[in-house]
Amino acid sequence: MEMFVIGITVFTLATFVGFEVITKVPPTLHTPLMSGSNAISGITIIGAIFAAGLKLNFWTSAFGVIAISFAMINVVGGFMVTHRMLGMFKRKG
Amino acid sequence: MSSALKNPAVTNLIYLFASILFIVALKRLSHPRTALRGNLIGAFGMLLAIVITVLISIDRPDISGLGYWLIGVGIAVGTIVGAIFAVRVPMTGMPQMVGLLNGFGGGASLLVAGAELIAKMGEMSHPDFHVDETLRFFIGSTMAAGIIGAVTFFGSLVAAGKLQELKWVPSGNVIPAQQVVNALLFTLIVAGAVWGTYDPSKLWVFWPIVVVASVLGVLVTTPIGGADMPVVICLLNSYSGMAAAATGFVLGNNGLIIAGSLVGSSGIILCQIMCKAMNRSLTNVLFGKLAPSEGSASADDVYAGKVKSTSADEIAMLFDTARRVVIVPGYGMAVSQAQHAVRDLANALEAKGIEVEFGIHPVAGRMPGHMNVLLAEANIPYEKVREMDDINSTFEQTDVVLVIGANDVVNPLARTDPKSPIAGMPILDVDKARTVIIMKRSLSPGFAGIPNPLFAADNALMYFGDGKKAVLDLVAAVKAAG
Repeated sequence: MEMFVIGITVFTLATFVGFEVITKVPPTLHTPLMSGSNAISGITIIGAIFAAGLKLNFWTSAFGVIAISFAMINVVGGFMVTHRMLGMFKRKG
Repeated sequence: MSSALKNPAVTNLIYLFASILFIVALKRLSHPRTALRGNLIGAFGMLLAIVITVLISIDRPDISGLGYWLIGVGIAVGTIVGAIFAVRVPMTGMPQMVGLLNGFGGGASLLVAGAELIAKMGEMSHPDFHVDETLRFFIGSTMAAGIIGAVTFFGSLVAAGKLQELKWVPSGNVIPAQQVVNALLFTLIVAGAVWGTYDPSKLWVFWPIVVVASVLGVLVTTPIGGADMPVVICLLNSYSGMAAAATGFVLGNNGLIIAGSLVGSSGIILCQIMCKAMNRSLTNVLFGKLAPSEGSASADDVYAGKVKSTSADEIAMLFDTARRVVIVPGYGMAVSQAQHAVRDLANALEAKGIEVEFGIHPVAGRMPGHMNVLLAEANIPYEKVREMDDINSTFEQTDVVLVIGANDVVNPLARTDPKSPIAGMPILDVDKARTVIIMKRSLSPGFAGIPNPLFAADNALMYFGDGKKAVLDLVAAVKAAG
């Protein structure tokens, strides 16, 4: 119960931080913002690693290993493609 | 080291540090100069979170030998596939790429929720186990993570498939009364989730709910297409974050909750920006249909005898007397991969001492910022690429505007005809320039399905041609004109 209230508190505050930070991103960078924030949502990999390391059970292990791959595609693909894009934004001259 | 890792306070502080790095990364996205370093900071935060999680997991006394392998294999496969995607994808394919990544994030959250649920069911079969509030919160969060994850995964696959223009991906309304069915499915999902949470002995309801949510994910995405795609991609982006946040509640991990809610709010903000740029509500985009209003003029009435077409050589002559040119790219430029040719054109014009700038409508292309990335890829400095509100006041002092593959976003009906389906949508006021040249394959309407009186305006010239080739012809003509 208490853990849940803490969770809700963190969720609410983080959402406000998100709104404050994201509204300052200029439209030029909206595509890298999407791919970059996407990579961040790959944080679910933490849960995936825990699931794969649970005491052995066919289904939790199978779900865990697929979830790790999915989340890792999200993380690696997201950060790398964002890096590639941001490297293209150049100033005059 | 290993003893410190057994202390949850230490590991939670490390997750908190990773979350701070994510916030710094997003903060640095406020300027192209700082963004690249910011992304690296974010990636470092993620690396830290992953490494610490792996260390905790392999430190557990009950991990099996296979557990090590599973973690290693999963990470290796995901890294390789993700890297291949990231290196191979062309900039024009970025909307599909982001769509697909959203899906993988959602899918991962769904699977984690499933695995945690199975593990919990194992614990519950123990005779000492008793139901309390904590369990209910666990179940509620698991349901939420599973439902949002499933909708995100399947919705994103359909969206990415549609953007990639795969023929076998369902599009439009695929079943009769689709909106009604969707509403019923949604009710069913909520009811099931509430039931399972209220009565933990009915936990199996998670699986049918996930199946229904998967179907719903497909059905809500198929009818949305074309110029509405940016909104859907943003919404799915938001969902992938919400799914991660819900997973954070399942695991009681604040790092996941923070990172997930950051992404969730980012997607929602982009959604709002896109909807505002089309003067439509989110509900209208998701459930409504753009239909030409009755009594709106037909294409024949608007265009009859009034459309003047031009050639590359004539345009080159116009440029000769111009001092300021604005180029307005749209989805057509992306489709024909004309961004490099457009850069050559801008360079040729600048070589003649002409000031060249680019005007971008927020919903141009198939995702927010799509045009900016394509122009950046073609080495066009970002200072020359200006937003709608910023450039609109300059059109009156502009000699020539060149519209490349855009239509609805420059349609003056949005300002003048209150009955038009795009009424009130902010547009680029290109009609205020001295001369407007519209480069297009034909007079066919844009996504809104209405004729564009701009094409028949006195100061407008149509330059019919196929995207890239037409731009290249123009470059040659400009250079030949000396």
